[in-house]
Amino acid sequence: MQSPAKNSSAFSTIGRVLLSFLVPVITFWGLWQVFLFLRDSEAPQLVIIVVAILWGVGGIALLFVVLNWFVEQLPGELGRRLQPFVFIGPAVAIMAWYLAIPVFRTLALSFKGPLGQEWIGKGWEIFANYEFAFTDRIMLETFRNNLMWMVFGTALSVGFGLLVAVLADRSKFESIYKAIIFMPMAISFVGAGVIWKFVYTYRGVGVGIQEIGLLNAIVLAFGGESQPWLNLPPWNNFFLIIIMVWLQTGFAMVVISSAIKGIPDELLEAARIDGATEVQAFFGITIPYIKGTLLTVTTTIVIFSLKLFDIVRVMTGGNNGTNVIANEFYLQRFTYGNTGRASAIAIILLIAVVPVIIYNLREFNKDRRAF
Amino acid sequence: MATSSLKGQQRRSSLIINGVLILVCLIWLVPTLGVFITSFRDSQDIFNSGWWAVLPHKEDAETGEIILEDDIDVNGQIAIEGTSATFEEWREGVVLPDGRKLTWYGNKRTRKIIISEEVWVGFAANLTLENYKDVITGKEISFTDAGGNEITRKGNNLGGAFLNSVAVAIPATVIPILIAAFAAFGFSWLKFPGRDLLFTMIVAILVVPLQISLVPILQDYTKLDLNGTFLGIWLAHTGFGLPLATYLLFNYISTLPRELLEAAYIDGASNFTIFVRLILPLSVPSLASFAIFQFLWVWNDYLVSLVFLGEKTRVITYALASIVGEKGQDWHLLTSGAFISMLLPLAVFFALQRYFVRGMLAGSVKG
Repeated sequence: MQSPAKNSSAFSTIGRVLLSFLVPVITFWGLWQVFLFLRDSEAPQLVIIVVAILWGVGGIALLFVVLNWFVEQLPGELGRRLQPFVFIGPAVAIMAWYLAIPVFRTLALSFKGPLGQEWIGKGWEIFANYEFAFTDRIMLETFRNNLMWMVFGTALSVGFGLLVAVLADRSKFESIYKAIIFMPMAISFVGAGVIWKFVYTYRGVGVGIQEIGLLNAIVLAFGGESQPWLNLPPWNNFFLIIIMVWLQTGFAMVVISSAIKGIPDELLEAARIDGATEVQAFFGITIPYIKGTLLTVTTTIVIFSLKLFDIVRVMTGGNNGTNVIANEFYLQRFTYGNTGRASAIAIILLIAVVPVIIYNLREFNKDRRAF
Repeated sequence: MATSSLKGQQRRSSLIINGVLILVCLIWLVPTLGVFITSFRDSQDIFNSGWWAVLPHKEDAETGEIILEDDIDVNGQIAIEGTSATFEEWREGVVLPDGRKLTWYGNKRTRKIIISEEVWVGFAANLTLENYKDVITGKEISFTDAGGNEITRKGNNLGGAFLNSVAVAIPATVIPILIAAFAAFGFSWLKFPGRDLLFTMIVAILVVPLQISLVPILQDYTKLDLNGTFLGIWLAHTGFGLPLATYLLFNYISTLPRELLEAAYIDGASNFTIFVRLILPLSVPSLASFAIFQFLWVWNDYLVSLVFLGEKTRVITYALASIVGEKGQDWHLLTSGAFISMLLPLAVFFALQRYFVRGMLAGSVKG
């Protein structure tokens, strides 16, 4: 933006600078007023919601326009230097506030007491929250359970995903099968929790009492006895893991399926002509070819099962030996009010994903593209 | 000969493949189907029989009753309708040779026997929309239960929670995408100091678990009075969604042809104009796939809204989870509530599945 008037007076320059500061300030002030209205007003819900959506979506666009306008008002060189930061600034600032800086803040909090105010002790006592995390009976139980989630949940999800992907590839109705297996990806963990709680529901023994849960009905039909499935440690963990498998198999299937489609036909054709059986072709060509994809899918689901929270929270609340790390984090922070211990647990979760972070960075540096 | 046996073999293997797939698909579908059917059943029926009772099946239907004469001795063998059995056996129910089943009702003194016959029951289930009415509205609902008692209780206001979810999910989808698109353009086409370092940090925080942020961000929100506000939750979802969004959009935008942009620069267009007029329209497929991803993620999120919104502004997952906690055996509410919560994501999902899959393939690791 070059001003056409070359002999503009000092007064008008000052005026322009003032204006260029004023416009962003007024914009911020206006948006803030709407925020206060939304927070404190007693208007009907529908009004609030419509205003909120318009304000949120419009506000962000307006902010970018005004910020850019402001930078373009600045004299030539300075404006040009600052402009990239209009583009990346908001993203970097928000990511720093919400993810990068909290790593260090949580690390500091993990050495503090329940209220997060003072250091928890002197010398070795500074590790008291970590000592708790690695020795407490409940914590050890959560480690065991998360290990079960990681091993069985991941193995079953990837296994079923691979099975369906390979089989559906040879069926005429591929897209129907895949849509059905994929559907749970659109369902929330809370919703999935309700669906499966209904499958597992148990009403007990008594005159005239009918089991209305599918699993118990099936067990009864085969002459077994109905069971309170979610109260049977350690087996209840498996019944919860099944829910995750139900949700995540679709993800594994879709990613693996697209990798399988990438295998050149000639490769499989050649193997068959050489007399390889389908099983040999599968292990000799398909699996090696999609190894990278399998690794990616496995890593993703392992990370997912590490942070798993909603299913356990909704189904059992972590009772009866089903607690997991993320739920214990929630309990420590929000039920027992122990910020220090909760932070230590969060740091443990972070440490568990560090290998993946390193792997991502290395892959990214290799070809500027992680995964 | 060889070809025909090969064809037979192919047909057999195709049969096995489709059989296995149909079995897996049934296992995947039936739990949802059960919830769907139950959500339309009368709340009393739900407890008296499993949801599969709405399918055609054979059932004992009462056809009449017999009252025993007072002079018949109820101790020892009792002969009724030409069959004799003990009281205990009658109580369990005895099937007569003609197919009717007689069951003693209550204790010995009632002297009442129920006659029932096995009949086919079709799709004659007692279906209703009452459950949905009960769970959606926030008004007081009163009804008479089986014992004749008038029961009043507050509805679950899932309708209100649904609207809140809409108000959370739409801006929490648009805001991160817009911010990420700007950033992705900046990182791929503008030169500034620290560019590579900053982008490497974005890659590093791709898989940071969001539990890391909850404690400190909640402290900030308490200070800023952002708890329970729409702005607070939008920003939180933006923060947690941005690394992946920026990364995915960067991968796309950085591969746009350089000549296109250079031509625009030569025409004297500013960076902002190029971004709005050229980059955004060209990136629509990529934007769409992330949008669906983020929308489903936000809509289905429970943890973030539990921490930053809570009871103040109930979203649908929160409301549904509270029904599970408070009324865990009220299946008529749980099933209809679950279905309401699934309605919008399922619609979005099936309408835009292709974009969703594309987004997922581009990388879907999220913290």
